[in-house]
Amino acid sequence: MGEVPVHLTVNGRRREETVEPRLTLADFLRDRCHLTGTHLGCEHGVCGACTVLVDGAAVRSCLMFAVQADGADVTTIEGVASPDGDLSTVQAAFRDCHGLQCGFCTPGFVMSVTAFLRDNPRPTDEQIREALSGTLCRCTGYQGILKAVRQAADAGQRGERS
Amino acid sequence: MTGTAAGGAARFIGARVHRVEDARLLTGRGTFVDDISLPGMLHACFVRSPFARAAIRAIDTSAARGLAGVQFVFTAADLNPGVKEQWHTSMGPGSPETPRPPLAEGEARFAGDPVALVIAETRYVAEDAADLVEVDYDPLPAVVDYAEAEHAEALVHESHGSNVIGEIAGLSPSALEDVFAAAAHVVSETIHQQAYAPVPMEGRGLVVDYSGATGELTIYAATQVPHEVRLFCSRLLGLPEHRVRVVMRDTGGGFGQKVMVQRDEMCLMLAAPMVGTPVKWVEDRRENLLAAGKSRQEHADVKLAFDVDGAIQGAYIDFVQDCGAYPTPWPVTTSAAVGMLFPGPYRVPRAGFTCKAIYTNTVGRSAYRGPWQFESLAREVVLDISARRMGVDPIELRRRNLLRRDELPYTNPNGMPYDSISPLETFEQALAMLGYEAFRREQAEARTAGRHLGVGVSNYVEPSTPGYGYYGTEAATIRVEPSGTVNVYIAGGSTGNSIETTVVQMAADALGVKIDDVNTIQGDTAVTSFGAGAAGSRSGSMTAGAVRETATVLRERILAIAAHKLEADTEDIELADSRASVRGAPATGLSFAELAALAYFEPGSLPPGVPAGLEASARYTADAPVIWVNATHVCTCEVDATTGHVKLSRYIVSEDCGPMINPDVVEGQIAGGTVQGIGGALYEHLAYDEDGNPIATTFMDYLLPTATEVPVIEYGHIETPSPGPGGYKGVGEGGAIGAPPAVVNAVADALSPFGVTVTRLPLSPAQIVALVDQS
Repeated sequence: MGEVPVHLTVNGRRREETVEPRLTLADFLRDRCHLTGTHLGCEHGVCGACTVLVDGAAVRSCLMFAVQADGADVTTIEGVASPDGDLSTVQAAFRDCHGLQCGFCTPGFVMSVTAFLRDNPRPTDEQIREALSGTLCRCTGYQGILKAVRQAADAGQRGERS
Repeated sequence: MTGTAAGGAARFIGARVHRVEDARLLTGRGTFVDDISLPGMLHACFVRSPFARAAIRAIDTSAARGLAGVQFVFTAADLNPGVKEQWHTSMGPGSPETPRPPLAEGEARFAGDPVALVIAETRYVAEDAADLVEVDYDPLPAVVDYAEAEHAEALVHESHGSNVIGEIAGLSPSALEDVFAAAAHVVSETIHQQAYAPVPMEGRGLVVDYSGATGELTIYAATQVPHEVRLFCSRLLGLPEHRVRVVMRDTGGGFGQKVMVQRDEMCLMLAAPMVGTPVKWVEDRRENLLAAGKSRQEHADVKLAFDVDGAIQGAYIDFVQDCGAYPTPWPVTTSAAVGMLFPGPYRVPRAGFTCKAIYTNTVGRSAYRGPWQFESLAREVVLDISARRMGVDPIELRRRNLLRRDELPYTNPNGMPYDSISPLETFEQALAMLGYEAFRREQAEARTAGRHLGVGVSNYVEPSTPGYGYYGTEAATIRVEPSGTVNVYIAGGSTGNSIETTVVQMAADALGVKIDDVNTIQGDTAVTSFGAGAAGSRSGSMTAGAVRETATVLRERILAIAAHKLEADTEDIELADSRASVRGAPATGLSFAELAALAYFEPGSLPPGVPAGLEASARYTADAPVIWVNATHVCTCEVDATTGHVKLSRYIVSEDCGPMINPDVVEGQIAGGTVQGIGGALYEHLAYDEDGNPIATTFMDYLLPTATEVPVIEYGHIETPSPGPGGYKGVGEGGAIGAPPAVVNAVADALSPFGVTVTRLPLSPAQIVALVDQS
């Protein structure tokens, strides 16, 4: 199968690779970039565990080919905390609110919530539930996650770091 | 009062301590099995049967082998002869297990049955090659409906001679004839539960890495039981146990699905020495829903006898469960638990049961959080039906029959010896939290406005922390390292149960050190002592025992060194904040760093009889054969009788897990189990069509609850200490036991004006509309 070049930026670093057209962005990030924080929970776009930001938009990386991300700026879970390890507001809220247990779905939640709160800084509880409905968790019953998003939204409104 | 693991002051136990697992998991630095990448690693993909039952006439692998990048294509003839022994420690070598060929041999017995294994340079190529493997199948009539299987002509396992795997019975109906004949009310119903499954967000997976030169096999696994994977593998391949190492850092949920080694995993183990380079197999979601196992799928004829005042006089359950083609493990003993526990936390003078396990040509039964939970579903649903038929309030009926504290210890009629439980207390607490009378008024008003609100309750008593056999012991090693920081080695393994945090909390209190000074190392059989893993709601209590035993030894040694150096009596030494100091003279003391320096670098300065270094290992043996735990679930809902939509409004769980080590962890476990139970009651269905084709193999068809469906869960805690360490009890499974009957009862209550009787799950919109239409 012929390979094609892709050029993209991942967590602020330029990557130039040659890939099969059928390689998903998720597998590109995991296998080529060795960024294994992006997890695959279904590979058919329902569970949301593989969510990353592509040019700022929350995208299911299992449903996108790496070649479709040519020229894009991609942020994965590894690019969310500050380089010295300080958690983002969203990450800290998940920790504070017991918003994760096994942690497998967590990167997808952190990425989609990060994008959601950027676009909807003052969400209602109903909007939070809607925003989370595309990401599946099997451990927490969503209780801690709902609290975490509320905490992160409130912290954002108080002007704390996000 | 919260206890501590070894007599120190409780500072961290009982507190909502932040989890130590979170820093890595929140930043993408966790290590799940699919994150393992080794030099030269190949990738595996299974060829699976598309038929529920078919003879395998021939397999042509030549096209697949010819594809660039393909290294091996194995069939049963290659792998199956490598099996030396095949048994799990908890079942023992003598268990009458189903024959489990690693790859299907001669006959495929369910759609999804592994038939060949392709090993290639990438998973993409392995999947391409799997499509090129030509299997000549001869489809055979399949046994799909377990209720008909006993009398079906076709046999799932010809060698077994019957589709009935086994049957266990207590007292028979004829032995209870007098009870039912004399009863003022007898209520009989048949209750059905559909197939649903653990569905962890991470599927199963293994990386196997065999070195021919050393004869060593390293396995990275998604598992709840690293030591059992090692033992099983050593038996399977005939390798000495110490040549097998199993490592797991993060497992993405298990809920029972990862407590046993299944056929797919055996295939990877058997392939490892033939391949000689590392091989990874991580199942995708389709495989997980096709082949990782199903749970539930069962029904029972239930009969309850009451006297004129509603006091239960007798209970009988005739239970049948579908075990698929390859149940793991042998299901008959676990099915018996349904019968034994059927009386629940009630005063039931006489009881009997029959429990039957059946083979079908569907995916095999595997363990799932509260594997026997049907006893609670059947009992609690039929209690509500009984209350309705007898014209009494379901709350009043339960209140009349629930066991009171002054009746404990109480042995149920099947011989289950309950103690240290509080069923009436959790029940009353949950109802008070709801405001039961106020809800009934709200419901009555809503009904006049044409709205259908309902409330459902369930009570259960659950055996946690099995204290016998393989499960009855757990070990810990604690090292105060030369710098004074602490490492705790425990079999454990992070599967979402927060066991790393729990261990760190307990060790910090037991030794009197700062929590940041404690680290834990788990899940690697090369460095931790044997343990039976995360199963049976055992980790909290058993780990507490292991830390207690070990810390006690170490604490004595630390006290002796400090007393010697500070010229004080050991009784006057206090350990706190990573310091040993003299009681009443806090300035006089030694830091753990100073104590460790003495122990490791100045062995000559130690008091007589105290060994150099500061590490200890000890093994705890369970104090009790079982630790009972109880809870009450109360749920309210609104049902739209036109669309069949159910909205859960309030959800209350009052539980008695003894003192809590970390309330966040306890509530997280309850919430997770409860929402799994809600999923089972309303949404999830691992369905097959009548030909045995699975029809829910994606998350578009297998519906997990999402954030838009779940109610806010409110928690009430009652604290009755157990006989185990710290008084702790197991809390991992209960949510999944209590939730389905509470939800079913709430929906049935909402629909009671229609006169419907709800006896089947899941309560999908279509099912509810059908019930209303038939009324």
